[in-house]
Amino acid sequence: MTLRSDIQARAAQLRVRFEAAGAQVVDTPLLQRAGTLLDLYGEDIRARAYVTTDALRGEQMLRPDFTVPVVEAHMRHGAEPARYTYSGEVFRRQEMDPDRPNEYLQVGYEVFERDDAAAADAEVFSLFALQVRGLPLRAATGDIGILMAAVEGLNTTDKRKTALMRHIWRPRRFRSLLDRFAGRSPVPESRRKLLSTEGNLTGSAVEIGKRRAAEVQARVDALREDAKEPPIAENELLALEALMAVRETVPFATEQMRDIAVDLPQINPALDRLDARTAAMKARGVDVENLDFEASYGRTSMEYYDGFVFGFYAEARPDLPPVASGGRYDALTRQLGDGEEIPAVGGVLRPDLMLQLEEARK
Amino acid sequence: MTLKLGVPSKGRLMEKTFDWFAKRGVTLSRTGSDREYAGAVEGVSNMELVLLSAGEIPRELAAGRIHLGVTGTDLVQEKLPRFEQQVEELAELGFGHADLVLAVPQFWIDVDTLDDLDAAASAFRAAHGHRLRIATKYHRLVREFLTDAGVADYQLVDSQGATEGTVKNETAEMVADITSTGETLRANHLKLLGDGLVLKSQATLWRSRMAKYGTDEKAALNTLLDLLEHRR
Repeated sequence: MTLRSDIQARAAQLRVRFEAAGAQVVDTPLLQRAGTLLDLYGEDIRARAYVTTDALRGEQMLRPDFTVPVVEAHMRHGAEPARYTYSGEVFRRQEMDPDRPNEYLQVGYEVFERDDAAAADAEVFSLFALQVRGLPLRAATGDIGILMAAVEGLNTTDKRKTALMRHIWRPRRFRSLLDRFAGRSPVPESRRKLLSTEGNLTGSAVEIGKRRAAEVQARVDALREDAKEPPIAENELLALEALMAVRETVPFATEQMRDIAVDLPQINPALDRLDARTAAMKARGVDVENLDFEASYGRTSMEYYDGFVFGFYAEARPDLPPVASGGRYDALTRQLGDGEEIPAVGGVLRPDLMLQLEEARK
Repeated sequence: MTLKLGVPSKGRLMEKTFDWFAKRGVTLSRTGSDREYAGAVEGVSNMELVLLSAGEIPRELAAGRIHLGVTGTDLVQEKLPRFEQQVEELAELGFGHADLVLAVPQFWIDVDTLDDLDAAASAFRAAHGHRLRIATKYHRLVREFLTDAGVADYQLVDSQGATEGTVKNETAEMVADITSTGETLRANHLKLLGDGLVLKSQATLWRSRMAKYGTDEKAALNTLLDLLEHRR
């Protein structure tokens, strides 16, 4: 059993190293405004975070992570560029697995930097790699930005692209939307009827609720418009699927994706950024030849990441969550920044898991 | 010690439970006045009847304060995480049928599937500045169902009664509620989503895995199980 005091000592040590790397220490409140987190993550966050209330401030959540409060603090009074580090408890509701802790320490490092994104990505990754060096971990990397670029450049309507972008982080719904827009899934009977008949609001059903008849009619019209649009072309679809399936070492993955870019030229700028990052990582001594790259990595559990993503996993312990993870979250700063935005990249470490793995080796 | 059986204290659910047990040779009855929550058991020795509100029975089973309990699948699954590990299903009683469903206003002719709901929720949020509200008392079940289906931009608002009326009152845009025939939903100008069946539920006899079973309780449980087996 790992002692709590040992975990705290390790966390403090890691934070000192992050300070030495140029970060300023930040502290954030344990209680976060629930509204902000709910707006960001939707109702799903309730399954992961503890909610509490009082009559004055309404619903609050025990912080499920640091990223949101750190971004908020930076947007309020941060200098530019800025590097931050923090350590402290985060709280996660556990309803399925009693072996997973509902409270644990995280130590983080975040970079808010406008200029060289590739260099900032490489800085964060190599700094984390250095902290976990010697542990039996596998590093996984990915880049959500490539998939987003692929979707943005599809030859289809903006409405369809917006719908797909909205579900980048929900692979199942993304899949079903894609099948629908490609004409692969059968049109449901109710939809067929709605489109084939006049299907306008007749006034026979009573209009109730805050969603008004005009909104219903607007969507019916939109569905009619959409039905006239040709399906997403087969070659684009196959290329997109091939892209999502890329899982290789960085050099081979890059090669495969350049091939795919023949059919999806819109991803070339994102691939150029990947190349720049790879070069920056190499310059920092990262063994990129043997580093794994998965194009779909980070789509399920890392909702706000929209560029580079990474995680370090215990190879022999697939049951454990990642020991370190992070990525780029430019869009999050836009969402929380009230009109302001700044490119940002960062990650967190789990000192408890590091100690657990070290003990297991002894 | 005695084997404790928890039964809903009120209404049709209690009467039908009593009937179900009576057909199998176990007579359950309420003792004392109508206001007193005490009961008697004939047919199995060392067995005790505890009258509880149906909503409390899952918790009492999980805490091991009762050995057996009759309540709906819906309440067990809503209130007990990993319910299979805490309770065992002994028999479905064949009444109290109710489905937990998602329902939207009938005049939403554009919404018939979860796919539609997701798209409508997105547009609604953009137009109104808040997420589409779903009134329910089954927060966990509904949330898990919608997460699994990848529906976004909704929020659950708590409604412990008269849920169907929330849409008309504009405190919610749609509901997730229990229905047996759909009558109440229709009367309130609501319709079911084609693929919006969250859960099928009926009154069920559960055995607690958490309760202590001494010699007396084991003997009573075996007697009862024999009776149930015999008359099936």
